Amino acid sequence: MLERIVYNLLQVFVVVAFAPLVEGVVNRLKEMLQSKRGPSIFQPYRDIWKLLHKDEIVSEYSSWIFRAAPYVAFTAPVFVALLIPVLTRYPLFFAFMGDMLGGGFILALGGFFATLAAVDTANPYGPMGASRTRMVGFLAEPVFIVVFLTVSFVAGSTIPYIVQTKWVTPIANFFEPSHVLLMIAFLMLILAEDGRIPVDSPSGQFELAMIDRSKSLEYSGRGAAVMKWAGAMKFFVLITIFLNVLVTPWGLAPEGSGPAGVLLAIPLVLLKVFAFILVLVFIESSLAKLRLFRITEFLGAAFVTSVVAMITRLSEI
Amino acid sequence: MSSSPYPIVAALDALTGALFLLTALGVVATRQVLASLQLFIMQSLLLSLSAFLLGIASSSVHLFAVAAITIATKTLLIPWLLRHTVSAEVYRTREVERVLNIPISLLLSAVLVVLAYVVAAPILSAVEVPFARINLPLGIAAIFLGAFTVAVRREAVPQLLGLLAVENGVFFAGIAIVPNLPVIAELAAAVDVPVITLVVGLLTRRIHTRLGTTSVGHLSALREH
Repeated sequence: MLERIVYNLLQVFVVVAFAPLVEGVVNRLKEMLQSKRGPSIFQPYRDIWKLLHKDEIVSEYSSWIFRAAPYVAFTAPVFVALLIPVLTRYPLFFAFMGDMLGGGFILALGGFFATLAAVDTANPYGPMGASRTRMVGFLAEPVFIVVFLTVSFVAGSTIPYIVQTKWVTPIANFFEPSHVLLMIAFLMLILAEDGRIPVDSPSGQFELAMIDRSKSLEYSGRGAAVMKWAGAMKFFVLITIFLNVLVTPWGLAPEGSGPAGVLLAIPLVLLKVFAFILVLVFIESSLAKLRLFRITEFLGAAFVTSVVAMITRLSEI
Repeated sequence: MSSSPYPIVAALDALTGALFLLTALGVVATRQVLASLQLFIMQSLLLSLSAFLLGIASSSVHLFAVAAITIATKTLLIPWLLRHTVSAEVYRTREVERVLNIPISLLLSAVLVVLAYVVAAPILSAVEVPFARINLPLGIAAIFLGAFTVAVRREAVPQLLGLLAVENGVFFAGIAIVPNLPVIAELAAAVDVPVITLVVGLLTRRIHTRLGTTSVGHLSALREH
């Protein structure tokens, strides 16, 4: 019992500690694909460290929401990390506190507070980005719901630990059309939710074209550091859900492997994340950013893909 | 699916089917003419892959022949014909004008896929072929989506590709139901389809040189001055 609590907290630690590294690797690889050297992969850590030691300036016209939002946004992925399988194949202590929909709601709560905070300061670019994020959000919501309904239907459960093993037992299940289509739909969902190309450009500095990043423009000092960290963690959590729940439970610690197995799972999971990042960087470097009203088409395609996945699944049984 | 003696082949065939359906959806939705041609080539490749897999499972030489003929005509000959008969300017254009916008046509495509499964259900209960469960509904869905492409797009080349996608769908469903299809039937189709492509391609070329556009939607307003 105690052991499982410790592992569970270790999962949270892994998410908190390695999330900036993932962002650093993504940035570095993207620059390398453009034949540049790129920043060090530890640059996000240095940025966060530097920002933590700077003064924070808060607009006197803003309310408590502006000050609370970074901490809500930071806590949301931490809670989700308690619920999802990051390192182990067997359920840990907090696994049954919430299912996948619950995790989705917690992540949405962080996004909701970030949106409120962007509107709060009355900076002209904040609300614009916030309303765009909401637009992308409500277009992504049906995809999210259909994907998780189908996944839960397959496994007969909404607990991610139970879902993850269904796709590889037997291994032929992995190639099922519904599974492949779900993976494609969820990949498109990650691109939209995290503001990646083709939906949004994460490295863009032009406020008028920003979607996701403009929400934290007003933050400085500690608030900016926490917001940046929270964004990296949300991305890490989304990747982990995709890789460990939807794609495969490969590389995770099996039941009864003890602390060594759990510790061994950390590099294996990071390796898996790295493989995913390679695909992501390739996608991001080979596509152009979509115009705002084309995002409807992108997420419409994701929705149809997920619906087709659901249909092929329902009709086979 | 698990009842068939080749679970891995069945799984791979199902995967091929899923990607086949995705390319059919892509032909409905893509804006660029060139991209829809590439999607059609990919769809034909997946069709021949499925025929190959089914050929392994039912050890039928006919299906290997189907796969070979599909590759020869639909991935090599037809794209070559289309690229050479229709001028390159057509492939650079984006289709701005459509009957329906892309999100609505995608949602209608999802409805068509559901319809395909509904239509396929009574036929499935009649035939006792292991792979029909995968191929038949997806083939029917590709038929519907191809017909929908013809209805929803206004450029001549994508409309032709919709028609060819219908043909692909027919074969995708057909190879599962009739594994020992006479090669003569497939050969006849293999000769017919390039001829149709050639005729439509030349016609499109003439229209393009005369009018400067291949947008079929304007043809209803055509009149002599």
